[in-house]
Amino acid sequence: MRYLPLTEADRHAMLAAVGVSSVEDLFRDVPSAARRSGPVEGLPNHAGELEVERQLAAMAGRNIPAGSVPSFLGAGAYRHHVPATVDHMVQRGEFLTAYTPYQPEISQGTLQVLFEFQTQVALLTGMDVANASMYDGATACAEAVMMANRITRRKKAVLSGGLHPHYRDTTKTDAHFIGFDVVAMPAAPKGGEDLMAQVDADTACVVVQNPDVFGHVRDYTALARMCQAKGALLIVVVTEALSLGLLTPPGEMGADIVAAEGQSLGNALSFGGPYVGLFAVKEKYVRQMPGRLCGQTVDADGRRGFVLTLSTREQHIRREKATSNICTNAGLCALAFSIHLSLLGEEGFTNLARLNHAKAVQLADRLSGVKGVEVLNDAFFNEFTVTLPRDAAEVVEELAKRRILGGVPASRLFAGELPEHLILAATETNTDSDMDALTKALAEVL
Amino acid sequence: MSMNSQGRPTGTGSADSAVPDTVTGNRGLQIEEPLIFEQDSPGRCGVDLPEVPAMNLRLGSVKPRTRIGLPGLAEPQVVRHYTRLSQKNYSIDTGLYPLGSCTMKHNPRLNEKAARLAGFADVHPLQPVSTVQGALELMDALAHWLKTLTGMPAVTLAPAAGAHGEMAGMMAIRAALEHRGEAGRTRVLVPESAHGTNPATAAALGFTVDPIPATPEGRVDLDAMKAKLGPDVAGIMLTNPNTCGLFERDVRAIADAVHEAGGYFYCDGANFNAIVGRVKPADLGIDAMHINLHKTFSTPHGGGGPGSGPVVFSDALAPFVPVPYVVHDAGGFRLVEDANGSTAFGRMKAFHGQMGMFIRALAYILSHGADGLWQAAGDAVLNANYVMARLKDVMTPSFEGPCMHECLFDDRFLKGSGVTTLDLAKALIDEGFHPMTMYFPLVVHGALLIEPTETESKAGIDQFVDALRALAQRAVSGDVAYFQGAPRLTPRRRLDETAAARKPVLRWTPPAEPALAAE
Amino acid sequence: MTVKYTKDHEWIRVEGDTATVGVSDYAQHQLGDVVFVELPDVGRTLAQGKEAAVVESVKAASEVFAPASGEVTEVNADLEGEPAKVNSGAETDGWFFRMRLSNPAELDGLMDAAAYKDYVEGLQ
Repeated sequence: MRYLPLTEADRHAMLAAVGVSSVEDLFRDVPSAARRSGPVEGLPNHAGELEVERQLAAMAGRNIPAGSVPSFLGAGAYRHHVPATVDHMVQRGEFLTAYTPYQPEISQGTLQVLFEFQTQVALLTGMDVANASMYDGATACAEAVMMANRITRRKKAVLSGGLHPHYRDTTKTDAHFIGFDVVAMPAAPKGGEDLMAQVDADTACVVVQNPDVFGHVRDYTALARMCQAKGALLIVVVTEALSLGLLTPPGEMGADIVAAEGQSLGNALSFGGPYVGLFAVKEKYVRQMPGRLCGQTVDADGRRGFVLTLSTREQHIRREKATSNICTNAGLCALAFSIHLSLLGEEGFTNLARLNHAKAVQLADRLSGVKGVEVLNDAFFNEFTVTLPRDAAEVVEELAKRRILGGVPASRLFAGELPEHLILAATETNTDSDMDALTKALAEVL
Repeated sequence: MSMNSQGRPTGTGSADSAVPDTVTGNRGLQIEEPLIFEQDSPGRCGVDLPEVPAMNLRLGSVKPRTRIGLPGLAEPQVVRHYTRLSQKNYSIDTGLYPLGSCTMKHNPRLNEKAARLAGFADVHPLQPVSTVQGALELMDALAHWLKTLTGMPAVTLAPAAGAHGEMAGMMAIRAALEHRGEAGRTRVLVPESAHGTNPATAAALGFTVDPIPATPEGRVDLDAMKAKLGPDVAGIMLTNPNTCGLFERDVRAIADAVHEAGGYFYCDGANFNAIVGRVKPADLGIDAMHINLHKTFSTPHGGGGPGSGPVVFSDALAPFVPVPYVVHDAGGFRLVEDANGSTAFGRMKAFHGQMGMFIRALAYILSHGADGLWQAAGDAVLNANYVMARLKDVMTPSFEGPCMHECLFDDRFLKGSGVTTLDLAKALIDEGFHPMTMYFPLVVHGALLIEPTETESKAGIDQFVDALRALAQRAVSGDVAYFQGAPRLTPRRRLDETAAARKPVLRWTPPAEPALAAE
Repeated sequence: MTVKYTKDHEWIRVEGDTATVGVSDYAQHQLGDVVFVELPDVGRTLAQGKEAAVVESVKAASEVFAPASGEVTEVNADLEGEPAKVNSGAETDGWFFRMRLSNPAELDGLMDAAAYKDYVEGLQ
């Protein structure tokens, strides 16, 4: 078996050194009723690469890859072109197979990457400081709310009706079990919510998303001031990291915490995971931040180096009093994000953002010309919502039969609600002929 | 004859071995690499993009942003940057990580190839379910393997990491207690030897943590545990094999006692590699167990993540499994994504789980098969016992053997030498090895926890053991200066972690602005 | 002016009705380099034996318990910028906070300097 180096001769010699006659003797503490007498029945035995590839390729072949057809899916995960360099670099064994950098002397590669990543996230979000990443945007959002609870010593979070329902539900799960309250505003496909009406002396934070799940973009500067006047924090969620290349960032609007999804940079769609949560805060809150942090220091010879720091917030030290139970960051996904952003740089990132916006404007204008389709958004980045004259989920199924992935029906996210709303995204990967195909097919189906 | 007057010397040159200073600060293949921000070529870009069409922005009242401050580099410079950084890292591909409780086994490249098939990598999570039947089939196949290996009837693939899996298991227990109308059960028993995530998770969910002491044999004190049972106990969080590398012999009695008292048994499955395919956790009486795909099932650690922490559940907890989950019925595969109106305890993250890690784990599982996993667990346990046998005369094992897949030593053998566990570990780095797990578990002093895994050869283990033997003997002989100055041969020597924590500098700032040092 | 010590290695120095509290030199030695101190708010009421402050080193965070009950009147602002004072002057300028005692009789149960010295020797 190709992953097992011990030979029978090795095993024999080692058993002799240990002083037992068989490996089974080493399992003597296991109650015999729980011990299997041989390999698990009903499961296949080992297989070579060729056979494993065949099986997995067959499963992969039963999916329609988004890039193989006209595809306009967003709602929290976006299809962008990742340069070839990124995937090659992340597969270098010293990155791919390295452990968490607890021994900094032999982990300066990982640590410097994290320091650069933290800087990039702070710059993109316009905030003072960022951590070394979270599992994803939704868990980052929930952790942001819990951090606001700790800082304000209050227990209520107000969630905008434009917040992605997966993010809302992840936060509500934590609220129920960890013990705080959530006021979840109704779905707001046309905006117009009065969030401040919900803010009182018990409110720890208000959570908004920009662009929101329906694609609307807004300036939250006034909301930030109003929240802070009442002692509450403003948390801004961003699910499309590329939007930070065109829009005024949350930090400049006065956000206290930014919780975002970084998948758009460097990371494939991969059916929803693994992704990379971005988490950035104002300087004064740094000790309340969850997750790993990388800091700069010097070594015994006076040279600049990097280490994990402020670890006493974390579970392995504070145990019951930890700021969070989180143990990993998104490691390799953060590396991919960082490499992609390094390739793009200032010019590339801002140009790519503008390209995306241009594509979405083009798509919106073309769809406005289809009878029965109404575009709801006056302002958006690369995603917007339309209403249709029939059930959007049914329309999407019919488009799929025509081999077009025509957006996400809002009812997929807001169960039982908004049956005629369809959320569409356009990125730099969409072509004119993609838009021709969608427009034509929609006209037929509606 | 004609003479080649261009001949160059082929011997090894002069005998001078002092390490010279260099102009660049580089040392041969080890390059001193600045931050990416310190290499800005304004206007440079490593990606060729189409021209942005002239357009009126449709941003409403939101102003387009001004300068971000990112550096520009061409592709060759970016490749050099990350290549040089990678060369400062140790990795499994480089050598052994004897890290107890981490299971740093080989990460097969077939896993990487499989995860990158377009039919997996380029699939959006919200595509119509009819267009992703293969993805749901893969999730179902992995779920089937995990349930069959553990003997448990239900599983969630949602949690993003081991600690997240612990959260899922304990949330399911809370949900079950609420469903029974017994939310007053708020006390959770946790052994003193437990990993820090266990009490952190329990406390975060509002439980009070009641520690259980260990016996002199390194196992949970069954009588002490029974004495702590009562009508306010929600359950126990037990790691088995435990963090001392030992199998909890009384596990069945523990499970029965906890169940009888009305509580649930959460098992931390971090050490599953010792028993995978050989022992059926369901027969140990567990109600929930998380599995670390990045430990037992070879998915890569990636410098700290991503992980994946599926959790298997008993019949008692099965109704509370979180969303989303895959259902296989006559119509094919579908996803249940909405918890409303069911007993599912809720959602734990966006979308469906760490799909990229599921593919990698399944590639590994299919490669090994039932017989390979049987052999892997056996070799893992044999390797650890071999390490114990070869070190027990120069280091102090904390408990009597046999151990399972990891062996625990403490620092009694260093007493009086002036050399600490940490110093010994730093010297091990110069020998070309990542140190073992240190100062954990907390139940012994100066712990050294060694887990070789089954993917180490006997020769590799012998080399590691020989180095550790020599270091142990050198420490005991009193050569303190050698250890306190270690490591000397690494890209950086020991780093000042005190300074990093007292005055945290968590990002680069452009030199013109005042330093943005966080408090 | 009397200095008393607790079994958890806090010291308390009483002058009139104000008491000053810190951690002992033995404690700072055990902790290693102190990187951060979390002090109570002025005005907070403390109960004897309950958590009053947290002292962090790189690898550990330890609770500091109130040696006696009372109200916090002052905290040592220097520790914010210079947590190292806890190491260099644990029983002098590395003090944590001052308080007004609500029940001075509580001090009777604590150790004096000589008794604390014996206690620490017994721990080694």
